[in-house]
Amino acid sequence: MSDHHHDHSHDGYDVDPLHHHPPQPDLEDTPLTHHQVMQMAVAELLIEKEIISADELRRQIDFMDTITPARGARLVARAWVDEGFKSRLIANSKAAGAELDMDIGPIPILVMENTPKTHNLIVCTLCSCYPRFLLGIPPDWYKSRSYRRRAISEPRKVLAEFGTDLSDNVGIKVHDSTADMRYMVLPMRPEGTDGMSEGELANLVTRDCMVGVSVPGTTSAS
Amino acid sequence: MTARYKVGDAVRVRQAYPPGHCRTPYYCRGKSGVVVRHCGEFRNPEDLAYGTYDGPEVPMYRVQFKQTDMWADYSGAAQDKVEIEIFEHWLVPTSS
Repeated sequence: MSDHHHDHSHDGYDVDPLHHHPPQPDLEDTPLTHHQVMQMAVAELLIEKEIISADELRRQIDFMDTITPARGARLVARAWVDEGFKSRLIANSKAAGAELDMDIGPIPILVMENTPKTHNLIVCTLCSCYPRFLLGIPPDWYKSRSYRRRAISEPRKVLAEFGTDLSDNVGIKVHDSTADMRYMVLPMRPEGTDGMSEGELANLVTRDCMVGVSVPGTTSAS
Repeated sequence: MTARYKVGDAVRVRQAYPPGHCRTPYYCRGKSGVVVRHCGEFRNPEDLAYGTYDGPEVPMYRVQFKQTDMWADYSGAAQDKVEIEIFEHWLVPTSS
């Protein structure tokens, strides 16, 4: 392995005082925030008043944790191989999802199609609204103040930092999820993928492509 | 509540700064754009934030703005756009 020795004594101090591991804080070592306390209180009240059960709450959290961007990618790949499905997905994503036995949740998700003339980018400048039923939990950068501020005011620079350089011939359309809609980008199918199956195509579609900070390549992301 | 605006209408966001919670970003207040979609009727977030869950549903729209109108020093292309969900009571008509 290496010559990195872990020669700790266990009688209260390290043999080598320079080789010191700072203690990792346990979950309880940092104080609860106001909103953590409120969340616990509301959850306990809902259960105590028998509005929901502890198991229902657990099941919903468990379900939300199973959602990955693979759900969104499945819709995109189907839209790439089936023009009719693409039109239905753009017109009404909930009904289109139901065709694939996919529940895309209670909040309308608008699917924004990239074209040779328009590239779409999603942001929520006010908080962190995100199409969770199709993409899962948002990445930390999506919730950061710098992404929220810059995606809206200098989207081309933000895209360049993600490695996505767009020609000035392509217009950028930024969608700010300020209220009751959520958004997902339908990227363009890459050139050179004619022989691919729907499943292979889905593997090209990443979370970043569906937020709009990137575009799909021709090799599988996984 | 009937929707006052239709797709294609020219509108301006009210330049107002009332106290309390709302979902109209500061950066678009006073800016002019075009209605691109009527999203339906939704409860007013300005009621919901203070526990009024049975207030009226109000029309909500997606309004498109030119980025060069939105930001004085915008460095991107002239055809770049931003689209924002805005509740009807934040909009006033403009002659296009």
